[in-house]
This record gives sequence, structure tokens and C-alpha cells, in this order.
Amino acid sequence: MALLLLVGTSPPAIATSADDLLDLAAFRGQVVYLDFWASWCAPCRESFPWMNHLQGELGPKGLVVIAINVDRERADAEQFLREHVAQFRIIYDPDGQLPEKFGVRGMPTSFLIDRNGHVHSRHEGFLVRDRDALTQQIRALVLAH
Amino acid sequence: MRIRSFVRFAILLGVMQAAWGCAALGVKPWQREVLARPEMALNAEPIDAAIDDHIYFSKEAASGGRSFGGGGCGCN
Repeated sequence: MALLLLVGTSPPAIATSADDLLDLAAFRGQVVYLDFWASWCAPCRESFPWMNHLQGELGPKGLVVIAINVDRERADAEQFLREHVAQFRIIYDPDGQLPEKFGVRGMPTSFLIDRNGHVHSRHEGFLVRDRDALTQQIRALVLAH
Repeated sequence: MRIRSFVRFAILLGVMQAAWGCAALGVKPWQREVLARPEMALNAEPIDAAIDDHIYFSKEAASGGRSFGGGGCGCN
């Protein structure tokens, strides 16, 4: 009985499911660069100008950059976005449902998803020296068709 | 008799706790925002930390390993 009462009074554990937050099927036919970031993550700061550049260059050719914020405090994320302007989509996931689903092991982690919706590759961390190789990989996938 | 069953229950409780006591430990990589705060560093004094690192490097011929962040995140 106590258990029943507990279940009855507790709020729904998951208000929105991971699929509600991000529906990858909507981007079928486009290459998706999915990036998990947080305001407290230092390399994320460096990745933002690069992702802006990526979206600007390859966006018209069929690339969608989606950045998933995992901050628990929305204000922290907004402060970060004031300092590092993002010209791409931002999804807020304070409960960490999407990183759980994708099995993120470090911050930042990014996934490159091909036009058929399959994960083409994953990349952990963001080092300036990896940037050019990553750009080439994304460019090759976007321009491949 | 009642004491024996109580002891049995206590032992069972102890075993159960030992079995899953550590199952829910750990912070996920995306939950490190508190750990990433400067005041959460093992040593928040940069000069002190540098001296410690120097001694460590001299003794161990290795350095680093102070951070909480993994997978390329330079958090702390």
C-alpha cells in the first residue's frame, strides 16, 4: 500500500523522452553533426566557433549541426551562449536522457550521422589539432552523396 | 527464536547492502558540473600545485593525472 501511495504521488519520472527531445528521423536525407556540450566544459568553448563555421560552410550542402546542452541549470547554458554565440540548433537536455541513450563517455562527444540516419563515427574530446581532420571527415561525408 | 530470526534478518540486510551498495555510485560524464568548479580541484593554489607537480615529476618521471574530467575534457 505504501508503495502504491508512493507511486501515486510521485511526479512522472520522465516528463519527455529522449525521442521527444531529438527526432533524428526528421533529418533523414541530411548529414547531422550531433555535439554534446556543457557550460563547464572547457574544450566546448573552442568547438563553438568551429561549429559555426561548419554550419555556415556545409549547411547549404546538407549538414545540420545540433548541439545538445547537458547543463542542469538552464541559466549556465544561457550565460555560455551569450559569450559564445551559436549559429546552429541547440537542444536542452538537463536530465541527461540523450547522452544516456547515445552512451556518451566524455565531454564533449560528437556523433556524425549520415543521410540514412546511421551513426557514421563518434569523436570524443575536442582538440584544436584534431579540428582539420574532423572537418575533412565531415566534408567528405556531406559531399559524398 | 525471535533473536535468531532477527540476527538472520540483520545478516541478510548486510549481505544485500554489500551486494548493491556500490551499484549506484559514480558520476556520469555529463554530470560533472559541480566537479568542474575551481574550488573542487584537489589543490586550488596554482603555485602550490606547480611545486607539488615538480616534486612528483622528479620522483615518478611522470606528471598529470590530477583532473576529474576524462575523454578530452579539460575540466579542472
